[in-house]
Amino acid sequence: MHADIKATGPSRSSFARLASMREAGLIVIILALCIAMSFASPHFLTWGNFRAMLMSFSIEGIVVVGMTILLIVGGIDLSVGSVVCFSMVVSGALFLMGLDPWTASLIGIAASALIGAVMGFFVTVVGLNHFITSLAAMVIVRGLCLVITKGTPLSLFTLPPAFKAIGQGSFQGIPYVIIIFVVVVAIFDFLLRRATAFRKVFYTGSNEKAAQFSGIKTNQVKFWVTVLCATLSGFAGVIYMSRFGAATPTFGAGMELNIIAAAVIGGASLKGGSGTIFGAILGIALLSVVSSSLILLNISVYWQDMIKGCILLAAVSADHFLHTKKS
Amino acid sequence: MTDAPVLQIRNLSKAFGPVKALSGVELELRRGEVHALCGENGAGKSTLMNMIGGVLQPDEGEILIDGQPVAIASPAAAQKLGIALVHQEIALCQDATVAENICMAAINARRAPLMNYGEVYAQAEKAMNQLAPIPVRTKVADLSISSQQLVEIAKALTLDCKVLILDEPTAALTETEAQRLFSIVRDLKARGISVIYISHRMAEIFSLCDRVTVFRDGRYVATEAIAATSPDDVVRKMVGREITQLYPDKLPADAAPGLSLLSVKGLSDGSRFANVDLDLKAGEILGIGGLIGAGRSEIAQTICGLRQASTGSVALDGKPLAIRSYADAVQAGLVYLSEDRKGSGVFLDLSIAANVSALDLGKLTGRFGLLDRRAEADQATNLAKRLGVRMAGIDAPVSTLSGGNQQKVAIAKQLSVSPRVIIMDEPTRGIDVGAKVEIHRLLRDLASQGVGILVISSELPELIGLCDRVLVVREGAIAGELGAGELDEEAIIMLASGVQPTPAHQAQVNHVA
Repeated sequence: MHADIKATGPSRSSFARLASMREAGLIVIILALCIAMSFASPHFLTWGNFRAMLMSFSIEGIVVVGMTILLIVGGIDLSVGSVVCFSMVVSGALFLMGLDPWTASLIGIAASALIGAVMGFFVTVVGLNHFITSLAAMVIVRGLCLVITKGTPLSLFTLPPAFKAIGQGSFQGIPYVIIIFVVVVAIFDFLLRRATAFRKVFYTGSNEKAAQFSGIKTNQVKFWVTVLCATLSGFAGVIYMSRFGAATPTFGAGMELNIIAAAVIGGASLKGGSGTIFGAILGIALLSVVSSSLILLNISVYWQDMIKGCILLAAVSADHFLHTKKS
Repeated sequence: MTDAPVLQIRNLSKAFGPVKALSGVELELRRGEVHALCGENGAGKSTLMNMIGGVLQPDEGEILIDGQPVAIASPAAAQKLGIALVHQEIALCQDATVAENICMAAINARRAPLMNYGEVYAQAEKAMNQLAPIPVRTKVADLSISSQQLVEIAKALTLDCKVLILDEPTAALTETEAQRLFSIVRDLKARGISVIYISHRMAEIFSLCDRVTVFRDGRYVATEAIAATSPDDVVRKMVGREITQLYPDKLPADAAPGLSLLSVKGLSDGSRFANVDLDLKAGEILGIGGLIGAGRSEIAQTICGLRQASTGSVALDGKPLAIRSYADAVQAGLVYLSEDRKGSGVFLDLSIAANVSALDLGKLTGRFGLLDRRAEADQATNLAKRLGVRMAGIDAPVSTLSGGNQQKVAIAKQLSVSPRVIIMDEPTRGIDVGAKVEIHRLLRDLASQGVGILVISSELPELIGLCDRVLVVREGAIAGELGAGELDEEAIIMLASGVQPTPAHQAQVNHVA
């Protein structure tokens, strides 16, 4: 009712300012943490430590990209950790059967996309929600990993050096993993802001009914975003395989929580319709800086989950506070 | 009985941050009076009602009940004081039964550890049957919107109240249900209960209420006895300026009929409606009337491919259309404006520019599938200017706009594809008088520019004032057509309900006339 009065305010919308505030706020927090840590530990402000931190969230960061887009469309995927592992295990097993690692990896990524397509089918055709569908997929796919490997890790030390280089090598001192991560983030951040196809993701997530009444085939949008998220998880999986030279059937358990937390800290809404890739990456960077700080401060790793949970709660509370204050 | 008013508001103010929603308003409610409260959206009616209902606290001023100043700290406190508030928006537990909803306050106050369903059902039935025979054991989610609204009212009736506040109670009701509600209100009044009645519909106010208070921009304007004022006068006070003409001029009676723009033959969907014919000509505004649930929206949605047709044909400009999806219809130049603005009309949290371009992104897409943001901004700026959208800028989210301006954005979205025919489902529902007049003018302008305008409306004055011709739908079939000379409320109600008007209808119609 007082909205029409508010609309006569400054020309730049309060919404856009708030969104940029979220990202600016995260950068400030991350920088503050880094400055504090540089005093607390002589090892923090070293290239080696920074590289380690970047490495630690680069591969997860690729999954965060997919998750953020899925959250924007109003979905969620609890199966990302399982799918990462599945891609790793499938590629690894095919390699051990004699396939070259590149083809094996492509098949692993394609298999992950297929899992996304099956989830997409259940969401759009059968009409289940993303949460339940992906919860089931999380368990089923994890089971598949155990079946394929018979429960034991696949040792892949015979992977050719060229393939191992993806995860372990570097260019001019910059690990390929970080380069790949930056390229994926840049591409999807740009597409999400500028591409017509991704605009439909925002329409669908913001108000599915209104999107349908604008002629947008929302089921198609939801299907393809689900596939995209699983495909990016599969892509992350083969990079992990290259990095570790092994495929462990229990790898990635619990990863989904970290990833969803990062996207939400970065401003993605679980109700759909809002979120940015840049914000989500800042979210995972924050979590990673905190982890690294705790290690350098010699705080027991047992505290990590607790502290991450508290950060998530604080971020979401801050968001809620800003939004309710706004309206 | 004392002479003090049941409820008196003195010099009440309320601000939300820097925005003054109410400043120094007055209201006096006498015993057994039905008191209308009028004002455009944003005038502060709902804010005041929320303070009386204990939802909000005033910053300044006082509320007196029976002459005693009171502080109404919570909705429960309001109920204790005998104030019952029926909100405009339905707030029922969708998964609970009608009875559980109606008796919610009683169940909440109950001390016993177990539910006494027998009593709950009996009490609920008693309250419900005064209004409509809605079975109290059904789940609320299974009811139509109008039935849900009746449940809300029944819920308020079970509270032993002396002040009943009805905030736009008839917005979702059919004519018959509304009539039943009016007789209940008269009955309550006879029992000495005072009613505050908020509505935009002058016909209702003038047939039902004793006095009317008008607010404008959060300020008190005037209180008048209904007998001493007129609808024109009330509207004038509401908008604060002279509205010389509520509705734009119609087509002159001797105008030659234009070419057929949209022609529908034998359209059926196999369930809700059958064998619908209609013919929309260039230059005219064709109305579709009928009761809620008669199938009007379903017909419109089927014409433009939002629902599946089983038989029938649709032709645009004389050429038959093969529409498999709504996107096909948009491509052909046939667009639909949804009746549920917030639910399916606009994207509340997206920007005005993004809302306007939603219908045809292809047009704004450049090379490599990327959006041309400059073209998008230009389009939104031009259409917003043309429709007079009052906004901070095209980047502002639609949620920051008033209802009327949100609706203009929804219409701008339709206009962005330069349509041949626009089907508007309740184009002015819940919009204040000023914006309503602007939208009506716009529709008339579009019609005279040769765009086909089909208007579905539940507001009889709108159908009569705006349309050149009205088709009335009853139970999924066209019950009849009313031409320029035959348009009046009685004729539409007769066709819509299929019965002779009751004395109550007659009384209302006469009263207004």
